[in-house]
Amino acid sequence: MLMSPSSRRRRQGYAAAARPAAARLHEPRLAAHVEDLTVSYHDKPVLFDIDLNVPPGVMCAIVGPNGAGKSTLIKAILGLVKPTSGHITLHGLPYRQVRARVGYVPQRSTVDWDFPTTVHDVVTMGLYGQIGWFKRPGRREREKASEALKMVGMQDFARRQISQLSGGQQQRVFLARALVQEADVYFLDEPMAGVDATTERAIVKILGALRDAGKTVIVVHHDLQTVRSYFDWLVLLNVRVIAQGPVDDIYTADNLRATYGGQIALLEHGDFTRPAPAPGPGPAPGPGFDAQKEDAGPPQAAEAR
Amino acid sequence: MSGLLAFLSDYTIQNVALGAAILGVISGVLGCFAVLRQQSLLGDTLSHAALPGICLGFIFAGTRELSAILAGALLTGILAALFMLALSRRTRLKTDAALGISLSVFFAIGIVLLTYIQGTGNAAQGGLDTFLFGQAAAILRSDIYVMGTITLIGLGLVLAFWKEFKLVTFDPGFAGSLGMPVTVVETALTLLIALAVVVGLQMVGVVLMAAMVIAPAAAARQWVRSLEAMVILSALMGIIAGVSGALVSALATGLATGPLVVLAASALVLVSIFLAPERGLLWSGLRRWRAERHLRGRQVLATMYELAAAHDNPAYPAEQSMLDAYHGLGTGKVLHRLQGRGLVRRTTHMPQEGIHWELTEDGRHEARRSLAALGKDES
Amino acid sequence: MLAAFFDSIPAMIIATGALVGIAASLVGTFLVLRGSSLLSDAISHSIVLGIVVVWMLTGAQSGPVQLVGAALTGLLTVFLTELLAATGRVKNDAAIGLVFPVLFSIGVLLLNVYARDVHIDQHTVLLGEIGFVWLDTVSLGGYEVPQSLLSMGAMAALNLVFVTLLFKELKLATFDRALAAALGFMPGLLFYALLALTSATAVAAFDAVGAILFIAFVIVPPSAAYLITDRLWLMLLFASLIAVLSSFAGYGAAVLLDVSIGGMMATMTGLFLVLAFLFGPRYGLIAQGLRRRRAALAQAV
Repeated sequence: MLMSPSSRRRRQGYAAAARPAAARLHEPRLAAHVEDLTVSYHDKPVLFDIDLNVPPGVMCAIVGPNGAGKSTLIKAILGLVKPTSGHITLHGLPYRQVRARVGYVPQRSTVDWDFPTTVHDVVTMGLYGQIGWFKRPGRREREKASEALKMVGMQDFARRQISQLSGGQQQRVFLARALVQEADVYFLDEPMAGVDATTERAIVKILGALRDAGKTVIVVHHDLQTVRSYFDWLVLLNVRVIAQGPVDDIYTADNLRATYGGQIALLEHGDFTRPAPAPGPGPAPGPGFDAQKEDAGPPQAAEAR
Repeated sequence: MSGLLAFLSDYTIQNVALGAAILGVISGVLGCFAVLRQQSLLGDTLSHAALPGICLGFIFAGTRELSAILAGALLTGILAALFMLALSRRTRLKTDAALGISLSVFFAIGIVLLTYIQGTGNAAQGGLDTFLFGQAAAILRSDIYVMGTITLIGLGLVLAFWKEFKLVTFDPGFAGSLGMPVTVVETALTLLIALAVVVGLQMVGVVLMAAMVIAPAAAARQWVRSLEAMVILSALMGIIAGVSGALVSALATGLATGPLVVLAASALVLVSIFLAPERGLLWSGLRRWRAERHLRGRQVLATMYELAAAHDNPAYPAEQSMLDAYHGLGTGKVLHRLQGRGLVRRTTHMPQEGIHWELTEDGRHEARRSLAALGKDES
Repeated sequence: MLAAFFDSIPAMIIATGALVGIAASLVGTFLVLRGSSLLSDAISHSIVLGIVVVWMLTGAQSGPVQLVGAALTGLLTVFLTELLAATGRVKNDAAIGLVFPVLFSIGVLLLNVYARDVHIDQHTVLLGEIGFVWLDTVSLGGYEVPQSLLSMGAMAALNLVFVTLLFKELKLATFDRALAAALGFMPGLLFYALLALTSATAVAAFDAVGAILFIAFVIVPPSAAYLITDRLWLMLLFASLIAVLSSFAGYGAAVLLDVSIGGMMATMTGLFLVLAFLFGPRYGLIAQGLRRRRAALAQAV
């Protein structure tokens, strides 16, 4: 693409802060791209000026203290809460256009497990979007659901009423429901909360397999201990994005303190001396991000900072 | 003037006003506990469930004897509450379904009994209908004594167990940890609400009594912070609603009392929700409007601060059109407001044209403070 | 055969009651599962206002205009309730209990003032006149068919079509609202459609069972069915079945004791609920007790 000298100067001048609006709306190379997202409840910001860039093919944890807005971030991306401002694209397109490519696992506690239905039926629900309005699931859908149940090791429970499941089993069923969606991007809200160790291992294994198949997995996670062993990409969130990038770069004592201590890493260590490799939040991901745009290297190699 | 005096000294009118005031006090006081414990609709169930009791009391006494009728109403109200509790605790039915089942089935039994009494052709049965929507004018002085006695008993119990009621209402878990018999206290509160419902039956009727339990308390809640003040104000609101509704009904013959009292109480709720200091929607709307303006200012300020940081230049001049594009809206107004607060100033940034802004020292300080406050409990 | 059916007063009354029960149970099942069953309480009270207003404006006491007017009143009730709760100044349960009494009160006062001469008086509001449904008939294909039976039949059919056509969507929206929204199934809109149908059903049933007994038909049969089955479609089926049985039993008992037929039918739904509560195969009190005893015995051994 040719660029006029003036627009090139523009780009260089503003690249670190903001790209031209037209460019900002399309980030097809990113599995999830959020810009300038603010969500407020009454007069209190729940998410403030969020910029998020998750490349495809990573297993990404969103981590932060209670009330950091982790679930709200996912809900905003999926259009379930209305933001005050912000642009959101998944694989370069607004959510409404890529619904079929997105899988979602809400928090287990948000549904009524006394609902009169079976395990197999709940998994089939994952296919309702593909089936579309008015049509009923057929044999193909039922077989898909059975396969997904097998993948999470719940095939023997297919005919069970869902209220008879343990917490871990409920979570596996929810995971199976997301698996049948055969999505490209998965969002999971606290899938490891309150499940037994076996289930947690099983979930991590399945999510890892998805990632290895080139899918993007974005998980709201609550356990700092396991972040490094489970995930390869990390977003530290506390109303703002404190830091984001490959987990090994981001998982630093400073960043964690900044996230959980309520402190902002930004410019703490000496105003206006750019914190060289240490990531800080910014309205745009910075030069490293542009490098990723320019060269077509593997996404994991490129840093979002 | 003399007409008004004559009106006020009228025996029936005095009865009506007194009865309405009694009703207002007890439903106002006990409604507070129902509303705070999120059991507003329990009042609805209890009052509908009073109908079979009214009929049973009538059948038992053979005449429209208020004490028998109210005793019956209390009895079936309690039975309905127990039935509701059994359903919600021993089955997977949710509370709302349990309340709805209890309400509708007991009311249906009441209708059956009512038609049974009508079928027996008892001459006195005409008075029973007034219990459906309430008829203030039908109140006798002896009825006032019955209502007054029940109210005194109810208020006495509230005073005697104030501490327990208060704690169980606010924090049943903590009350339990102190060794308080929470279930007993909760049951007692439910019984007292049944008592309040029973007092209002003749005035407001079974169908609308729920509103009398909820409305004064909901209105009072808007103005005050403590339970003590809420209870007193709620009683006052109950009296105002009760007396004004009942008087209008007594004046304009043919208008049922219940609906009038309910409308008066609801008007109080509406006024309170809009105008009460602090909680009033009018004031919080104003606050939110200001806060939203403030939030936009914060966003723009944060962006400029980060631009400055990214360029290692505290006075980095940001182009307004670029800020517009970044925020997806016109930032001109916001920037001018920030300028008014001395947080940003306009600069010329040759050779590029267009309006540019930079942060002042105060602006940098404010941006840093505002960013640091995020994620902490802001108030 | 058909003529004998339409000529038989008991058959007409029982059929009307059964149709009220089926139509109400179909929508009630989803309200009960969603935890919104008391909205039927609110709706059935406040449609009284809708009925009076439509009557004042058009003179129509039943028919399609009334159904539409009621549907709108019902939606207005729910909308106002949600609006009030959304202010955060009162809790959701209090909001329900504040809104419908106001609308109902206005309706009753309008009746007091303007409508003393028409048949919609306070008693009809509460009791309905199911015993007299055969008085008001229309000619259909050579048969004299009661107006109530016809409108209830239409409502039951409409609800059945709605629930059948959107079974999957309603199930998902009731079970997991967030996923339904994420998949683009507009759970909010579905829910409002359900409530509009509930309101219209309430009006159609108004002449037969009145405003308050209607609540029993919405909530009780689905709740009873919920205690005996673990499948949604069976729950719909059992609820309808219980409603039909209640209609038969209620009519019999009412005639025997010479009391309100509608009241007795509603009472019978309660009886079936108690039976399900006691004898339900898995969730009944007796089954629970037996399971506990077996567990205790197993532990003792």
